[in-house]
Amino acid sequence: MIRKTFESEIQQVKDEVILLGSMVEHAILGSVEALKKRDIAASEKIMAEDKEINKKRFAIENQLMILIATQQPMAHDLRLLASTMEIISELERMGDYAKGIANINVRMGEEALLKPLIDIPRMAQIGTSMLHRALSAFINEDVEVAKSIPVEDDEVDALYNQIYRELMLIIIQDPKSIERANWLLWVAHNLERVADRVTNICERTIFIATGSFSEIKSSDDEFWKGQHR
Amino acid sequence: MENKYAIESNNLSIHYGSYTAVKNVSVKIQPQKITAIIGPSGCGKSTLLRALNRMNDFVPGCHVTGELFLQGQNLYGNQIDPVEVRRKIGMVFQKPNPFPKSIYENIAWGARINGFKGKMDELVEQSLRSAALWDEVKDKLQESAYALSGGQQQRLCIARTIAIQPEIILMDEPASALDPISTLRIEELMQELKKNYTIIIVTHNMQQAARASDFTAMMMIDDNRAGGVIEFDETKKIFTRPSDKRTEDYVTGRFG
Repeated sequence: MIRKTFESEIQQVKDEVILLGSMVEHAILGSVEALKKRDIAASEKIMAEDKEINKKRFAIENQLMILIATQQPMAHDLRLLASTMEIISELERMGDYAKGIANINVRMGEEALLKPLIDIPRMAQIGTSMLHRALSAFINEDVEVAKSIPVEDDEVDALYNQIYRELMLIIIQDPKSIERANWLLWVAHNLERVADRVTNICERTIFIATGSFSEIKSSDDEFWKGQHR
Repeated sequence: MENKYAIESNNLSIHYGSYTAVKNVSVKIQPQKITAIIGPSGCGKSTLLRALNRMNDFVPGCHVTGELFLQGQNLYGNQIDPVEVRRKIGMVFQKPNPFPKSIYENIAWGARINGFKGKMDELVEQSLRSAALWDEVKDKLQESAYALSGGQQQRLCIARTIAIQPEIILMDEPASALDPISTLRIEELMQELKKNYTIIIVTHNMQQAARASDFTAMMMIDDNRAGGVIEFDETKKIFTRPSDKRTEDYVTGRFG
């Protein structure tokens, strides 16, 4: 037997998650683009749009709650709905990182960028590409893809390390640059966190499909290991 | 043999004439736990439950093969008295079936014929208290049991079962004829009773199995229409990550 009503409602939730995901993707890329161009109006728009992301997250949460209450999901269905609850919260936090980057651009005001942005847009590109594919893997419950994506986090971590060192060198040479360097460091940090949260989404996808929790890896650990070396 | 389990079956099969209704069930039931038997209609849940206290002896043409151990004793052994088996393994049915007697006599009667020599008033009170019914009936013990509501009648039947002090209580859909509040009351009662008894419950209500049991046995028929236990595990595992695809389909409401 197919539970038609239930399955179509699950499909609706999945569609909404994809929509939320694309809003977040758009916000992350947009926030970095606006920073690169020093376009303050664009950043202000992204900050305002974060409210829509939050609203969407709560709407999906409400949908999930209703499904859990009315359909009594079990086994795979239960894992899917409970994990989706986690995933939308990860997405909302990623939206907050984009908002944070937009906020930095606004607060920088008339100040010029410390240096042209090259690695930061690359981090954003890799992070959003990971996010995009992670959400496809979630929809298709593709364990192999979900396992392969977090590996790419190494590249994001490497870029973050590189930016970190570069900015430290600039600060040492010119201590007056400390505030502008710090702004960029925050931007890079936010982008590094985006990739970490993509890893969490992949872990959830694996759990939905297999029923077992497996922590793929924590790139935070990798980063701090890098610092001690 | 160790008595680690309350009751243990070994390749237990139940046949009606040449037709095998339940095939090769080997389960180990944990003492002082609630074990639920679930599965689609006609998979042999009730047949299996009834075999556990030899209720099927009454069904013409029914015979059982394999072994069933209660405290190391094979209940289908030659020298076993089925009446004694049913004293040790009590049963509560789908429809409350109190005797057409007073509330008091419903408890006292079974105890008396089982040779109870203690203080009857105390036994009645204690049994009714254990079944969470005492406060509702203490002022009308001499009234007919039929004057009680369905939920109360079912708790009276549980009290009647407890009065004999069995080892195991079998319940066949004990709440399916009851309203939701009476159902929850029975489930709460089961949680109290498992401190002293082992409970095995057949239920069609998956949420009930998920809420109320510690272990779950999933039954399903094979190609020859013989029922069997296809998965037996902790309830929390059965309802979150079952191992068998058929269990998954059943508990998610996609089969059965």
